Amino acid sequence: MNPVNYLYLAALLFTIGATGVLIRRNAIVVFMCIELMLNACNLAFVAFSRMHGNLDGQIIAFFTMVVAAAEVVVGLAIIVSLFRARHSASVDDASLMKL
Amino acid sequence: MTAQLAAYSTSTGEAFQFWILGTVAVIGALCTILMKRAVHSALCLAGTMIILAVFYLANGAYFLGVVQIVVYTGAIMMLFLFVVMLVGVTAADSLKETIKGQRWLALLCGLGFGVLLIAGIGNASLTEFNGIGQANAGGNVEGVAALLFTKYVFAFEITGALLITAAVGAMVLTHRERTERAKTQRELAVERVRSGKQLPPLPAPGVYARHNAVDIAGLLPDGTPSDLTVSKTLRERGQIRDVSQEALNDLKALEQRSEERLERRAVGPAKFQRPEEASK
Repeated sequence: MNPVNYLYLAALLFTIGATGVLIRRNAIVVFMCIELMLNACNLAFVAFSRMHGNLDGQIIAFFTMVVAAAEVVVGLAIIVSLFRARHSASVDDASLMKL
Repeated sequence: MTAQLAAYSTSTGEAFQFWILGTVAVIGALCTILMKRAVHSALCLAGTMIILAVFYLANGAYFLGVVQIVVYTGAIMMLFLFVVMLVGVTAADSLKETIKGQRWLALLCGLGFGVLLIAGIGNASLTEFNGIGQANAGGNVEGVAALLFTKYVFAFEITGALLITAAVGAMVLTHRERTERAKTQRELAVERVRSGKQLPPLPAPGVYARHNAVDIAGLLPDGTPSDLTVSKTLRERGQIRDVSQEALNDLKALEQRSEERLERRAVGPAKFQRPEEASK
């Protein structure tokens, strides 16, 4: 098998994640789709790291994971406070800056 | 060794693994975006992430593979599930389109984007592979650590600042400052007696000997459900199961049965007998 297949898989997962962000309206699911896209990028980084024979790709993937963890913490806090204010986790309901 | 062999092309075992697990990963990703309920989406995504961890391991990124399982499926997905529980497990996504044709346009955009991305990879000249064997020679974790603490040490330091900021941000976002003094237990008791609405504790949910789940409203003597028995959170989410009709039907059937039995025994002694005693 050609290791490029990992890149194809990563592209496919990224596309699925991007489509999910466009079609779903539950904020939590949208957030999960973003996580899916980040994971797909990580897979591409790891595959590239193997192709080029150095560990820099893995380091970048590691930093992506750290940033994703920070992003999830803040994002979920925003969703929780949004849910408290509007009693709904739908992104359509959050169309105003103020309640 | 296998690492050397993996340098130029992958082994048959890895190809097998790729096609099986890759299919499952794509199915998991599709389920993530197609499942109606957020909790199902979260579980499908967790499965996809575990498979990605296996792929990392297969690609020689041993450290990242373990970190993926610990951080993503262990911490991030559990955080997701926690928020799903907080927001309401059964709160399904509304399927009504707010913008006409938006879903089909989104699918078309996604398809176009995918074709573009995959065509781009197909056109790129990715013919030579060095393999990770050389870089992993001194151990994967040691290699990653050596890079992380020399070449990328500045980025690593900034990562610490980012994590602290995120933690503080989450606390600021979810923390609510109390503007008035909390009422003491004594004041609450006095208030409750003054208002005179519900002096004793609230009645328990569930129907005795039939349903005792917390989401089932207890029934009043006339068979109507009492919303007072179910917790406020469930009431707000509209997650109350109504068994009043069922219970009334059961009661009717019971009455009919007992009437039949009484008619048969109308000539017998008026003393009540339990069925098992009667059969002896």
